[in-house]
Amino acid sequence: MQKNMRWSGILVVMMLALAACQGEGTPATDGNGGGEFECEDEVGCVTYGPGEPIRIGTALVITGPDASLGLDSQYGVQVAGEVRGEVAGHSVEFDFQDDGCNAEGGTAAARTLTSDPSIVAVIGTSCSSAGVPAAQITSDAGVVMVSPSNTAPSLTAPETHQPYYLRTAHNDTVQGEAMAQFVCEELGFTTAATVHDGSPYAEQLQQVFQEQFAELCDGEITGTEAVGPEDDDFNSVLTSLAAGEPEILYYPIFTAAGALMTQQAREIMPDTVLAGADGMFSDAFLEAAGDAAEGMYLSGPDLAFSGTFYEEEFKPAYTEVSGEAEPISVFHAHAFDATTMIFDAIEEVAVEEDDGTVHIGRQALADALFATSGFEGITGSLTCTETGDCADPSISVSEVIDGAFERIWP
Amino acid sequence: MRNVMRRAVITGLIGGVVFIYLSLVGLVEAFDERSVITGLLGLGRLVLMIVAIVVGYRAAVPIRGERGVLVPLGPARALGAGVLAGAIAGAMLGALLLVMISVNLQVMLTSASGRLITVLSTSTEPVVSALILIGGAALFAGLGAGLNLLPGAVRRPVVVAALAVLLISMLEPILRVMFVQLEAQVPLAPFGELAGFLYSGGGLTPVATVVLLVLVPATVVGWANQRRLVGVFTGPRRPEVEGIEEEPPARRRPATAARAERPSARRLVVYALLGVGLLLAPQILGVRLSEVIGTVGLFVLLGLGLNIVVGYAGLLDLGYVAFFAVGAYVTAILTSVASPAFAPQLSFWASIPFVMLAAALIGLMIGAPVLRLRGDYLAIVTLGFGEIARILFLSDWLSPWLGGAQGILQIPAPEPVGRDPQSLYYPIILFCVIAALAAWSFANSRVGRAWNAMREDEEVAEATGINTTNYKLLAFATGAAFGCIGGAFFAVKIGSVFPHSFDIEVSINALALIILGGIGSIPGVIVGALVLVGLPELLREFAEYRLLIYGAVLVTMMLVRPEGLIPNRQRQAELHEEEDVDDQYESDAGEDTGEPVITTGGAA
Amino acid sequence: MQIPLFKRPERFTLTDAIMWALRVGIVAFVVLGSWATLTKGTYSEAAWASFVTAGVALGSTYALIAMGYTLVYGILFMINFAHGEVFMAGAFTAFFAASGLQAMGMFEENLLVSIPVVLAVAMLTSMTIAVLLERIAYRPLRRAPRLVPLITAIGASLFLQYTFRGLYGASVRSYPTLSILSGDFLILGMAIPKTRAVVIVAAIALMVGLFYLVERTRTGRSMRAVSEDKDVAAMMGIDVDRVIVQTFAIGGLLAGAAGVLYTLLFNQVSYSMGFLPGIKAFTAAVLGGIGNIAGAAIGGLLLGLLENVGPFLLLDGFGVPSVNQLRDVIAFSVLVLVLIFRPNGLLGRKEGT
Repeated sequence: MQKNMRWSGILVVMMLALAACQGEGTPATDGNGGGEFECEDEVGCVTYGPGEPIRIGTALVITGPDASLGLDSQYGVQVAGEVRGEVAGHSVEFDFQDDGCNAEGGTAAARTLTSDPSIVAVIGTSCSSAGVPAAQITSDAGVVMVSPSNTAPSLTAPETHQPYYLRTAHNDTVQGEAMAQFVCEELGFTTAATVHDGSPYAEQLQQVFQEQFAELCDGEITGTEAVGPEDDDFNSVLTSLAAGEPEILYYPIFTAAGALMTQQAREIMPDTVLAGADGMFSDAFLEAAGDAAEGMYLSGPDLAFSGTFYEEEFKPAYTEVSGEAEPISVFHAHAFDATTMIFDAIEEVAVEEDDGTVHIGRQALADALFATSGFEGITGSLTCTETGDCADPSISVSEVIDGAFERIWP
Repeated sequence: MRNVMRRAVITGLIGGVVFIYLSLVGLVEAFDERSVITGLLGLGRLVLMIVAIVVGYRAAVPIRGERGVLVPLGPARALGAGVLAGAIAGAMLGALLLVMISVNLQVMLTSASGRLITVLSTSTEPVVSALILIGGAALFAGLGAGLNLLPGAVRRPVVVAALAVLLISMLEPILRVMFVQLEAQVPLAPFGELAGFLYSGGGLTPVATVVLLVLVPATVVGWANQRRLVGVFTGPRRPEVEGIEEEPPARRRPATAARAERPSARRLVVYALLGVGLLLAPQILGVRLSEVIGTVGLFVLLGLGLNIVVGYAGLLDLGYVAFFAVGAYVTAILTSVASPAFAPQLSFWASIPFVMLAAALIGLMIGAPVLRLRGDYLAIVTLGFGEIARILFLSDWLSPWLGGAQGILQIPAPEPVGRDPQSLYYPIILFCVIAALAAWSFANSRVGRAWNAMREDEEVAEATGINTTNYKLLAFATGAAFGCIGGAFFAVKIGSVFPHSFDIEVSINALALIILGGIGSIPGVIVGALVLVGLPELLREFAEYRLLIYGAVLVTMMLVRPEGLIPNRQRQAELHEEEDVDDQYESDAGEDTGEPVITTGGAA
Repeated sequence: MQIPLFKRPERFTLTDAIMWALRVGIVAFVVLGSWATLTKGTYSEAAWASFVTAGVALGSTYALIAMGYTLVYGILFMINFAHGEVFMAGAFTAFFAASGLQAMGMFEENLLVSIPVVLAVAMLTSMTIAVLLERIAYRPLRRAPRLVPLITAIGASLFLQYTFRGLYGASVRSYPTLSILSGDFLILGMAIPKTRAVVIVAAIALMVGLFYLVERTRTGRSMRAVSEDKDVAAMMGIDVDRVIVQTFAIGGLLAGAAGVLYTLLFNQVSYSMGFLPGIKAFTAAVLGGIGNIAGAAIGGLLLGLLENVGPFLLLDGFGVPSVNQLRDVIAFSVLVLVLIFRPNGLLGRKEGT
């Protein structure tokens, strides 16, 4: 027994020493597979041999009560892959990860994807709370990440943005402002109350709304409250807010709590107009809220896209990929545009060899993406700022009429 | 005879219920998306097969005859019992399939979907599929029953081979990436080819499966018989001091036997290897695995701390996350440039003393009000404290100081280590080792004995002069210290703190892992963390069912082995004390061990 | 104060000083906070009435669940952590009954049929789950040390939650609404929403029924006997196992009813709806004194009131923003304070044998 232990021990130590002597492991592989190509990229290169698919990761919320948000984006990504077919002469393969709509999920998804050296770019995350740590991790690794639905302003603010992070979704400063504008100009209200659910997204959004509401038409905020995303009982919160007699109640939260709040608000403050934002802009919300959602206003990305591509080509492809007759949420087009942008950037910076091997420099890819200008996507003409905002932001407000969303403004 | 049949029927019925449960809860369908053997076998179907094998195995274990003696079944009876049980279970599943095809259950039972039907069906004719289910279940149950008939020396390699194949298949995402990385680092060794040979399309290649199924049992058999093998090469030898061993390596033995030996040269070699292994692990394992080990390390810290409070001092703390949160937030406030009110921007190491100070304070704050509470009351109050902590960190009221819903971002990485998993691994492991040593020395000191006494009977402890107040407070403060350090590392690992990370699930995780590993046992904490934190991180695709499995594991462990996987010897005795007493008065106590007690050659 | 085993001289110790400071502090806080809020006058009388009725209604559902906890504790001295899931199972399954009835057009139209059906489905489902729990997870652990059944209960709670998630899906479902219950009753000049009134009345009826059961019937007497002393009761010829099953069953029935009432108040079901109310009900039972049925009722009502009235009454005056966020902080703080001054809860607890 002892003898064997000793031999195996020596063998193990030898192997470990060999491995250690080779130096630190970094995620990016060196582009020395093909032969003469020397990777001069500061961060590193990704090499795909002939016939190897280009791998792109996604980190979206695909499980849990908010799954429709992430799945919708994921379908958009898949459609982009189908429509494009090949990029730089290679097929495209996706690695789908779940961001869980929270910080741990974002961290785990980002780690999984960045530790795979064959992944050249990431599309994600769905939720801003996952986006903050994920953007940090991917940027630390030099992996470029484009988000189709992160809207928290801090992600592209000059002091807090990450160097390899971009987004095709609007910045919530725009959404909050749009809602404030709608309330001031279209509805003509001067008093409002807001509720957030403790998520970074909701809290920032209602904060922006409050500031803009005050600035645009001297609006008064009669009360601000916070609930938990799992809470059921909003009776007292609503009663307390009702005391201030606001003309409109703005609660940009998520589906589960949002539906409950809508129902209870109809009973407790029947004269107050109700409004929410893109976190509730889904069929799941309409189903959960039922009749109570009738007449409510929701802001979200404007899906009235110009051009025929969306209706005639995108939507049928979406149905084929997902099995859903209609898109289940509102960021699929942004995901499509994000994916297509990445494809274009890859083709721009890829170095092809005669045998079909392709090398993609990570820094070059990031630079190309940040330099995107006038990119014609479904969601509009995209131009990326140096802090990562690429969206052509148009927010629209819809009203729930007869159990469906009807775009009414602008 | 009648007993055998009755048992087979009951086992079959239970198996059928399990089949139906797994199907309707969506597990079969979701798991089947993962290939075990590419193109041949999905994980969903494999799970069903495993259930069938277990059903068959249980149906054919030795049965208690007259005079209370365990009698093994003869081959015919064993196989018959197994097949019968399997057929019954299969029939139930087949019935479910037929019902699903004819009636749309999906309105209520969301998993009774088309995909599930596809997984369960093997032909386009429903009735044929159902019959195949019955046949298949019977077949695998028969195999399971057959396991009973094999002698131990054959059974072990078979089981190990199956488990090894399953494990290697399940770890595909990790191992494949690891091999690819090693390929780049160790140019001579053919890691890339190995990866290509083993895996394709997310699962094992059929060829690799066959190879493994041959190699692994061969290795196991070889290992077990190594003495004889070595003897073939080296000729006759002098008798060894330790005597003849035919069992697998010593680590399978209970910890008691190991402790009884003198620290020999062998153990030192093992420890040295372990140490070297730990040091070099991040380089070999790559980024993802290092990150997983980092997370495991965090939970080991939490587990060690909670072990002191719950395991040694017997104070049931369900709000342990409060300490975790305080540590994380103190670190965030002291080191981050984005800290709202007060941003001294200390370095991580400089903030550690403050973290410990905060730990002591919060330990006392939580410990003081609960001094006079017992058991269940203590549990709910500490749970309340955990919730209070989370809400306060989240609240708008305190957000000018604590960041509120936005949390605190931009926490810098600890100098000179860096934030990447392979670097952060080292300080985390270092602190784990320190914590383990500290916990161990506490346990074996006067303090530990006082805690033991307190845990056993508080009033008697008071009567013998132990100041329970002080020791309780000490327990809380120590537990808090460990928890806060864990929180500090969590903060730098993620680089930001959000209140949502600190909910009751963390407390429950910590509690579950010390229970699973063994209350009061330090190696148990490590094992528990590896199983309950490490495995789910690796198998993230199963995130949906992780908590379901958690719950099932907790219940099963408590029913079957409450002392945990690596028990503390004393606790084991305590927990089984009552059972031993009961056993003397009941005639059919104890578990069927599956080993023949007395072979009588197939008596009825 | 706790009486020690041996007499200590009665000195004014540090502990006493702290306790008195605490008492004064709490009273001052409550008085100042309330006075500040009331003088600020943010809320009208109608608003306060609404807070109170909401609190009582919610509290009644907590009370029903808490009584289930307390019944089990009285007999087995274990906390059935999974009781919240028992509650959820009934409510969720009854949802399917309700929407099925609605699809058949019978929900609103045949109230005399639909309500009993929905209630029955809920109560029977909860009862089944409770009994199964006892049989599979708790019975084998009757003699184990305290920690073990508690962990088992936590495990069972997780298991049940995710089982129902797998069975019924992760999304939130809305109960069909009863239009006859929209609007308010006018009682004593206050407008009370009809749903709340119905919930309160129903809960009271159930609580009265339980009291009657425990005090006046044979089953109740057996239950009381077993909770006094299991072994002696067995010697007197009571089938202890059967009584325990009955206890779990009754607890389950109550939880199922609470489930229906809860959805009447809040209209939605989901797989996670049982976790928080379960913890709250546990808190309520402890608050009132665990093992004590009247205590559970009072604890539940008190907790409901604290959650709904507390934040607004006590904190608004101090200008704390978003007071609703702190409702649980208030509830748990009250729990801690009550247990500091009365370690056995408000009405005292059943001592373990």
